[in-house]
Amino acid sequence: MVESILFTFGLGAVCGLILSFASKIFYVYEDPRIARVENLLAGANCGGCGFAGCSAAAEAIVNEEAPANACILVGVENVSEIAIIMGSEAGTAEPLKSYNNCDGGKRATDRFIYNGLNTCSAVTSLYGGKRDCSIGCLGFGDCVRACGFDAIHLGPNGFPEVDREKCVGCGACETACPKSILEVRTVSQRLLHLNEYDNALAPCAQTCPAEIDIPRYIGHIRNGEYEEAVNTIRERNPLLLACGRVCPHPCESYCRRGIEDDPVSINQLKRFVADYEMNSGKRLPIECAPDTGKRIAVIGGGPAGLSCAYFLRRVGHHPEIFEAMPKLGGMLRYGIPEYRLPKKVLDWEIEGILNLGIDDHTNVRLGVDFDFGSLIASGFDAVFFSVGAWNDYNLGIPGEDLDGCFTGIDFLAKIGNNDPVKIGQRVAVIGGGNTAIDCCRTLLRKGVDKVYLVYRRTRKEMPANEVEIVASEHEGIDFVFLAAPNKVVGNDENQVTGLEYLKMELGEPDASGRRRPVPVEGSETVLDVDMIITAIGQSPLLSFRGKGDRLDELTITRWNTFEVEPATCQTNVPYIFAAGDSATGPALVVDAIGGGRKAARSIDLFVSGKPVVSQPRVLLNKHIPGTIFESVEGVVHKKRTEMPELEVAERINNLNEVDLVISEADALYESSRCLSCCRLCYNADS
Amino acid sequence: MGYFELIIACIFVNNILLAQFLGNCPFLGTSKKMETAVGMAMAVIFVLVMAGTITWVIYTFVLVKFGLVYLRTIAFIVVIASLVQFVEMFLKKSIPALYAGLGIFLPLITTNCAVMGVCVLNIDKEFTFLQALVASFFYAVGFGLALILFAGLRERILLARVPKPLQDTSIALITAGMISLAFFAFQGMV
Repeated sequence: MVESILFTFGLGAVCGLILSFASKIFYVYEDPRIARVENLLAGANCGGCGFAGCSAAAEAIVNEEAPANACILVGVENVSEIAIIMGSEAGTAEPLKSYNNCDGGKRATDRFIYNGLNTCSAVTSLYGGKRDCSIGCLGFGDCVRACGFDAIHLGPNGFPEVDREKCVGCGACETACPKSILEVRTVSQRLLHLNEYDNALAPCAQTCPAEIDIPRYIGHIRNGEYEEAVNTIRERNPLLLACGRVCPHPCESYCRRGIEDDPVSINQLKRFVADYEMNSGKRLPIECAPDTGKRIAVIGGGPAGLSCAYFLRRVGHHPEIFEAMPKLGGMLRYGIPEYRLPKKVLDWEIEGILNLGIDDHTNVRLGVDFDFGSLIASGFDAVFFSVGAWNDYNLGIPGEDLDGCFTGIDFLAKIGNNDPVKIGQRVAVIGGGNTAIDCCRTLLRKGVDKVYLVYRRTRKEMPANEVEIVASEHEGIDFVFLAAPNKVVGNDENQVTGLEYLKMELGEPDASGRRRPVPVEGSETVLDVDMIITAIGQSPLLSFRGKGDRLDELTITRWNTFEVEPATCQTNVPYIFAAGDSATGPALVVDAIGGGRKAARSIDLFVSGKPVVSQPRVLLNKHIPGTIFESVEGVVHKKRTEMPELEVAERINNLNEVDLVISEADALYESSRCLSCCRLCYNADS
Repeated sequence: MGYFELIIACIFVNNILLAQFLGNCPFLGTSKKMETAVGMAMAVIFVLVMAGTITWVIYTFVLVKFGLVYLRTIAFIVVIASLVQFVEMFLKKSIPALYAGLGIFLPLITTNCAVMGVCVLNIDKEFTFLQALVASFFYAVGFGLALILFAGLRERILLARVPKPLQDTSIALITAGMISLAFFAFQGMV
C-alpha cells in the first residue's frame, strides 16, 4: 500500500518535474497574440475554419495565413477585436458572403449523354462535365448538400441561389463546388477583383474598361430591382451618372444581340437606373470596410482620381484628393460641355463619393501650392497620380499666337469654369476628335454665326463618336474635310482674320490603317474666320516634376505619360501609382475609372505590405478566346430603344442637356432584349 | 520466435487495427484524406517506438523490482501522456520541420489506445528489450499500413453512389470490417 502510494506520487512528481524542466529548456517563443486571438475564437474546435482546432486557427490568423474572420461562429465584435490585435487590414473584419457567378443553369448545350452519378464532383471527373461550357454550373447541387446552414437552394432554373441572410461565409460551398461557381468573398475582395480568363464573363463585360458586370445589372433592371442594379454598377463604377451620359459604350460593339440585330442599349439602361437613384431623392447606402488608418494622396480629382479614391475608401483606407482646379471632376467638368453632362448632375455624383469620408483639397496645384516632399512628410502611405492630359498640342504653323487663337481643352475649361472668353462670330475648329466636336457644339450654343470643323481626313476617319458627329451635323456645323491648316492669317492689330489651309487627297494607308492624307500642290484656300480653336489632341502636363525629389526619378514615356505596369498601375517608384489619361494618354472616361480601380487594388496591396503583383490570368480587356461568336441562333429582331433627345431648335441656343433619359417602360423593354449571355451560353428569344 | 516472424506477425497477422481492433478512433477520424492519414501514421510510428521501449524499461526495472505490477495501467497512462507532451516540446524546439509535419497528430496520440495496447502487449508476451523495440516499430508500421489503405478506399468511396443511410461513417465502418476480414487470411501464418 505504502509502496504503491509512493510510486504513484513519485511517478507523478518525476513526470511533472521532467515536463516543467523540459518546458524551460525547450521553450519556444510564441507570439503572445496567438493566446489573445484564441480567447476571442469560439473554442468549439469545430473545424469550420478549415484548421485543426481553435488554437491552430489562432496561430494561422496571427501568422496571417487566415483572415481575422476565419472563425465562422464568432460575431462581428470579436472579429473586429481580432482585427485590432492583428493591426487591421482592408476587408479582414468584413463579413464573408457566398456569391453565385453562374446564372446560366442549363442553357449551355450538352456535349455527350451522361448517365452516371448525379453529383457535381463525380460529373466533373468525366471530361469536366457534359456541358460545352467548361466553367459553368453543373446544377447537381453539391453546394446545397455542403451548406450546413440551409443557405443555398437550387433556383427554378436549376442553378444555386444563396440566401445572404443565412450565409455565414464558412466556405463549405466554395470547397464543394468543383467549378468556381460559388465564391465566398468579402465586399472588399469583390471590389478589387480584376477580370480573369477563367471568370464567367459575357462579351460585353469582357469589353467594358471598368469591368462592370453588365448582364447582372440588366437582369436586375428586368426584374425591376433598380437599386440592386445601381449597387451592381457601383461595384465597378462610381460615376454611373456621368458614364450613363458620356460613355461611348465600347461594350455595345461586342453585344451578342448586335451580331444578328441591333445591340442592347446598355449605356441607356445604366443612365436609366443612375437617374432613377438621383431622382428618387435619396442616396443608396454604400458599404465601406472598417477603417485601416492608411492614408493615400490622390493627385488630381478627375474620373481616375475619384474612382481610385472611391475604391480605396470602400476597402477602408483614407484617400485625400488634391485638385488644381476650383472644383472636382477633371475633364468631366472642364472638358465635357454642360449640354452633355450638366454640372448639377456631376456635383450630385461627386458629393455622393465624397460623402463616404473622402477629404478633398481644391485649388491646390502640385509644384505650385505644395510640393511632393511636403506631401510625403505629412505621412501618406502611397501617392496616386491622375493628373489627366491637359496640355493641348499645337499645330506648329505660323500665326498661332495671334489674338483669337485658342486650344481645345483650354477653351472648354474656361467655358466650364464660367471664365470670360472673347468669342468670335465665325470660328474654325481644327481636329476630328470629341474635343473638336465639343468645341463646335459649345460655340453654336454661345451664339456663333458660323462654325467650321476643319479636318485633314474625311468623315469616315474621324475619331469622334458617331452619335456626336450626327448630332453636330443636325445642329448645322460646316465640315471642311481634307484640309490641312497652313497658316493663320491676321491683321495689323494681331487679330485673326482667316485660316489658310491646303486641300488634301487620300493616299496610301498608314500604320493606323487610315489612308494618309497628301497635300495637293498650290491648293491654298483661306477660310474667313475671326477665331480659331485647335483641338488636335492632348498630352499630360507633367511640369510639376521638380529637380531633386523622387518625382524626378519617375520614368516618363515618349508620349509624356507616366510609365506604369499595365496590370498594377505602379510606376518605377514603388509608392507612386498612376492611371487615367496621365498614364494611358487621352482615352475614355470609363478607361480612367477602370484604371483608378486597378490602381486602388495595387495601392491596397502596397499599403498592406504585400507584394504588388498582378492577378494570375488577368484579362485586362482582352477577349476570352472562343467567346466572341460569328453568329447567334434564335434571335428574333426587336427594335432597339432610340435615345430621346431635345429637338435641334430647343437645344441650339441654350446649354440644356441634349440627350434625355429613357422611360421606365422602355428600360424594361430594352432590358428584356438582353440575351443574358455568359461565356458560351445565352438565352435565345422564344 | 525469430525477428522475421515477429515482424510479419506485427504488421499483418496481429495487425493492431484490423486484427486486434485497437486505435479505431483515429482510424476513422483521420482516414478521410490521404494527407492526414500519412501524417497520423508517421506520428504513431514515432511515438509508439518511444512509448513501447520506455514503458518496457519502467515495467522491468521499476514495477517488477518493487512488486508494483498491479499499477501497470495507471503508470503506463501517465508515462505515455507525459512522453507525448515531452516529445512535442522537444520537437518544437529542436526539429521544427518534423514538428510542423506531424502537427496536431502528436497530441492526438495521447488518446490513442493502440499505443497503450502495444505497450501492454509487449509486457504480456514477455518480450526482451530488443523484441519490444522491433515489435513497437512494426505494430506502428501495421497501423500506418491499415490507415493509409483505408484512406485510399475512403477517398474513392466519396465518388461512389452510397445509399443515404449508409453514407460517411457507416460505410466506413462496413469497409473497415471487410478489410479486417481480408486480414484474417493472415491468421495462422506465424
